[in-house]
Amino acid sequence: MPNLALDIAHLLAGGLVLVSFMMLYQDRLPALINVFALHAILLAASVAWQADIQNEPYLYVTAIIALGFKGFVIPMTLRRMIVRLGIHREIETVVGIGPAMLAGIGLVALSMVVMLRVTAEADPLAREDLAFALSVLLLGLLMMVTRRNAVGQVIGFMSLENGLILAATGAKGMPLVVEISVAFSILIAFIVIGIFLFRIRERFDTVDVQALDRFRGDQR
Amino acid sequence: MTMLNPLVLVLAIPAASAALLALISSYRLSSRINVLASFLTLVSALSLFVQPPPPDAYFLIDDLNIVFIVLNTFVGFTTSVFSASYIAHELETGRLTPAYLRFYHAMYQVMMFGMNLALVANNIGLMWVAIELATLATVLMVGIYRTHEALEAAWKYFILGSVGIAFALFGTILVYLAAQPIVGEGLQAMVWTVLIQRVAEFDPALLNVAFIFLLLGYGTKVGLAPLHAWLPDAHAEGPTPISAVLSGLLLNVALYAVLRFKMLLAANPEAIAPGPLMVTLGLISLVFASFMLYRRRDIKRMFAYSSIEHMGIIVFAFGMGGPLANFAGLLQMTMHSLTKSAIFFAVGHISQVKGTQRIADIKGLTETHPVLGWGLVLGVVAIAGMPPLGIFMSEFLIVSSTFSREPLLAIPLVSGLLVGFGALLLRLNGLAFGEPSGSVAPVEASYLPMFGHLALVLIAGIYLPPPLVAWFQHVASILG
Repeated sequence: MPNLALDIAHLLAGGLVLVSFMMLYQDRLPALINVFALHAILLAASVAWQADIQNEPYLYVTAIIALGFKGFVIPMTLRRMIVRLGIHREIETVVGIGPAMLAGIGLVALSMVVMLRVTAEADPLAREDLAFALSVLLLGLLMMVTRRNAVGQVIGFMSLENGLILAATGAKGMPLVVEISVAFSILIAFIVIGIFLFRIRERFDTVDVQALDRFRGDQR
Repeated sequence: MTMLNPLVLVLAIPAASAALLALISSYRLSSRINVLASFLTLVSALSLFVQPPPPDAYFLIDDLNIVFIVLNTFVGFTTSVFSASYIAHELETGRLTPAYLRFYHAMYQVMMFGMNLALVANNIGLMWVAIELATLATVLMVGIYRTHEALEAAWKYFILGSVGIAFALFGTILVYLAAQPIVGEGLQAMVWTVLIQRVAEFDPALLNVAFIFLLLGYGTKVGLAPLHAWLPDAHAEGPTPISAVLSGLLLNVALYAVLRFKMLLAANPEAIAPGPLMVTLGLISLVFASFMLYRRRDIKRMFAYSSIEHMGIIVFAFGMGGPLANFAGLLQMTMHSLTKSAIFFAVGHISQVKGTQRIADIKGLTETHPVLGWGLVLGVVAIAGMPPLGIFMSEFLIVSSTFSREPLLAIPLVSGLLVGFGALLLRLNGLAFGEPSGSVAPVEASYLPMFGHLALVLIAGIYLPPPLVAWFQHVASILG
């Protein structure tokens, strides 16, 4: 039954959008990190399922990277980091849950309208994957602007990037998917975890990005 | 034979020297190796003219990107010469430590590798990876001073740059999806030379959406308003050689990516015309940046806004299209790279000797440091677009072709140019003349890169060699 295969692919991709929504309203960092881990695991499942139905064994590599790196290593590192930084009990809300959810619904509607219309002739798997992927991407962007904590912004960026991996997977036979996911993983691991958070912490005693704004150069 | 292929060398020299420089702790040695490696890369780039290798699935050398590569490696070389004298001073004042310098030199070559790779890439996915690599290297270098401002600038650059790069990737995936039904699955559907041949058959709606994402994504890196917010901070807070490379090179590399996709769109008759979008973004950037120039208090920040202004003009020119405007755009891009990096070379030494970047604290440079001061005067006069320097000629061509084709668009264009002109000369007056202030200590500068660039700009304004004109005309016709 080929339709069942498609349905499961849609279920997983749709689940990713749902989890993106869940991330929008997490106001405590440990909970946010847990939801992000769920997001990554769901992405890995979705990519692995598509590797199976598309018969593209190299996609399993992408799935394994997503699962191991973003599903376990990064959340664990982040969890240890926020404990060491002493911000694991902080509560942060910049925009209320209601407005954020409404904006999120608007963005998902927008991406459905745009992507479903322009991809009328593409194959159904790629078509709905793209619509979901754009939703995840825009929700990640929304999350980045509604958070002011650097850890929250980084998680927003990583969820945005999950949307890109989903899009790349949906594009049948696209080369470089593995390379792209590796490149992204390096980007995240390299800058964010290793250097910035600790440097910012060292200088400001906080990872609240608002503290950075005070030091904008032009106000000298 | 394949080892001596200039294309391989353009990539292999920066990559190998990055690895080597990461191991060397003596900064004198590593700055020399940096200069040498940049010079060798320039030589290999020049030898691409002699024997351009045929395009394959990953790499492409054509008449368009050879201009970018030569410009890129040339400014990369001169900046490495400037950097050698700049960092010696930074080390003396203790702003940088030898350990950071080791990192700095390795990153410099990683950045050159990333930019060269982006320029020679024939594969749109590879091009994206390369631009991401170059961005990553520059983010790390912008934050190298570890001051509050530098970290703020690097964080902002990282966040905005990543969002831009994510948009660009989404656009790249959409281009692949548009190509896939026509070209077939796999590598071929990401090869630019294949895409440009078959693009007329692609689904126009998908291409349109893809181009919007690509323009916004790579446009963030070009520094187009309203996505420019990272650019002034990154220029002001990083080491000055990096400001020179950012303005002179990285913005061009992102622009190059936009141009490649613009060519794809233009070759599909059903897709939206990419020109008007670029014209609009270009004009917004130009007018916005030229007004912002008046309110700047930091000298590097001011020239960063001037870069936004000029990228606006260049994107406007390429958006207008046609042989004349494209020719002028190419010339403007070349002249801007040379002039702006020369200005940053001067500014770097000036801010070192005066110990400040505040415009109000720097006065009377032509008296205290005549060579640097007059160098800066010449550079600013050039960047403001006064005759007989090169930028005057390219701006004149852009304005006159706009008047003849779209007189209404010429109004915001000319007013933006004049406003920017006024702001630059106003500030220059304070910087270069009047009662001297600050330190009068002699400066150990390397003047060669600065005056070399300015001499080229002056020569180009007076006499453009016919082979160069023919080459640019040919490239302008490819750009359509």
